[in-house]
Amino acid sequence: MMEFLNFYVVPGIVTGSVYALGAIGITLIFGILRFGHFAHGDLATSGAYLALGATALLGLTPWAALPVAMVLTALLAYGIHRLFYRHLESRPKILTVIASLGIGMMLRSIVQVVWGVDPLAYGSGIARAQAFGPLMLRPREIATLALTLALVAALLAFLRYSKWGKAMRAMSDNPDLARLCGVDNDRVTRLTWFIVGALAAASGFCLGINTELTTMMGWSAMLSMFAAAVLGGVGRVEGAVVGGLVIGLAEELSVLLVPGPYKSATAFVILLAILLLRPQGIFKGKVL
Amino acid sequence: MNATTARDRPQPILVMHQVRGGYGDADILQGVSLAVMPQEIVVIVGPNGAGKSTAMKAVFGLVRIRSGAIVFDGEDITGWSPDRIVRRGISYVPQVDNVFREMTVHENLEMGAFLSKGDLSAAFDRIYALFPDLKAKRHALAGDLSGGQRQMVAMGRALMLEPKLLLLDEPTAGLSPKYMQQIFQICRDVRDSGVSILLVEQHAKQALAFCDRGYVLATGANRHEGSGRELLEDPEIAQMFLGG
Ligand SMILES: Nc1ncnc2c1ncn2[C@@H]1O[C@H](COP(=O)(O)OP(=O)(O)OP(=O)(O)O)[C@@H](O)[C@H]1O
Ligand SMILES: [Mg+2]
Repeated sequence: MMEFLNFYVVPGIVTGSVYALGAIGITLIFGILRFGHFAHGDLATSGAYLALGATALLGLTPWAALPVAMVLTALLAYGIHRLFYRHLESRPKILTVIASLGIGMMLRSIVQVVWGVDPLAYGSGIARAQAFGPLMLRPREIATLALTLALVAALLAFLRYSKWGKAMRAMSDNPDLARLCGVDNDRVTRLTWFIVGALAAASGFCLGINTELTTMMGWSAMLSMFAAAVLGGVGRVEGAVVGGLVIGLAEELSVLLVPGPYKSATAFVILLAILLLRPQGIFKGKVL
Repeated sequence: MNATTARDRPQPILVMHQVRGGYGDADILQGVSLAVMPQEIVVIVGPNGAGKSTAMKAVFGLVRIRSGAIVFDGEDITGWSPDRIVRRGISYVPQVDNVFREMTVHENLEMGAFLSKGDLSAAFDRIYALFPDLKAKRHALAGDLSGGQRQMVAMGRALMLEPKLLLLDEPTAGLSPKYMQQIFQICRDVRDSGVSILLVEQHAKQALAFCDRGYVLATGANRHEGSGRELLEDPEIAQMFLGG
């Protein structure tokens, strides 16, 4: 039982948090800007490496470097929108989707040029796990869960209670009517990219600090993030969180049933099943 | 009584003068002219596809206007953006998709006052007094309401900023006769509080009986105009819509 919790459930929840933070971004972009953002994994990778850069250049600890990376990645995401996606806004959405695949490739290449292709790490110290009853948790795992909880709570409160959070929901719900109410389209779009970029950086950072930094890590995690977003219901932030945790847990637990290398196929199987059986997802999102 | 007040004040609140325009290259509107006087309920009736909704969207800056002019409260607003028009004092309730389904009734009303920076409590009180049904439902999602209640949310949303002119596109479509009369009664109350109303109606007979004045629109231009009673009694119009 203890082994089950500590070797499968805890890592599953940690991985799930990483997916949740990524899936929120995917679901927000889909809900508000109405396209599938395939540069999302590589945006997360960029955030993780920007944090690494901040530790090296500014001498910060990894966790202190995270806010810096979140701000930089928010600006990066907005910059990508301004430079590329914005010019495709009036064209069919599929063009933006394809463009995002290219942007992802570009981001990945830049990371490879700057930091090389070998795996890197934020620090070398091996942190000991502490016992919490039957649970053995490492400090970075606790921090990952706390960070995810805090970011999700802050985002949900923002969307629920603030004027511009409501404007984002209105835009996702009924863009034409939002415009009739005088909601400034561009401002909501800008805000969305800032939030999405910051969350992507947090996602990539958590992935990097719990495993290692590789230039492919975001790209490889993206399928799971998309599966999480679809499972939770596209456009639904709570859904993305639940979806992320479910996919993370399912991947870790799948090792009990099938050989390890098939782990990443779990998300694909869940994605297919949900699209066939309940395309609106758990929380009744937009039907794809 | 209202017809007389309208005639005493000669300056119309809204004038559409020979408006031509549409969505792409083809003009849906082929010269629409109409006027709404202060505190007047004006109804547009006409067959499906006549361009009634398009005429309304033209007022609100949602279609391309090729020629003609739209004057609101003495100011030419032709070609203005919708948010500028909202600020100037016109609200618009579209024919379909006119609520935020995933937001509560209260949040829908709040979105109606998005451009306002001030305290909204007086505005909420005013709207909930006008639509008592909504007060009880204020934490329900708009998408979960009945069609009639949803229409009230849409109208409430549009009235939050105290517009001078309210544009309603088929507010009674799909509603039971009971709700239809309720919506008409609310329109009268709103008018009596000082708001002019331009509405499109498919229930031509009932609408002409309740409005102050009406226009008959066909193939993108207005064909007839007059008081509701005049139009109802016109044999040509009776044949067109009212089943002879
Ligand atoms: N968004 C649009 N893009 C292109 N053409 C449109 C659009 N909306 C309406 N039309 C066309 O404009 C014409 C007039 O439509 P409009 O909606 O104004 O008619 P209507 O009188 O409101 O009809 P209804 O009684 O069915 O609501 C129709 O031929 C319609 O096909
Ligand atoms: Mg119409």
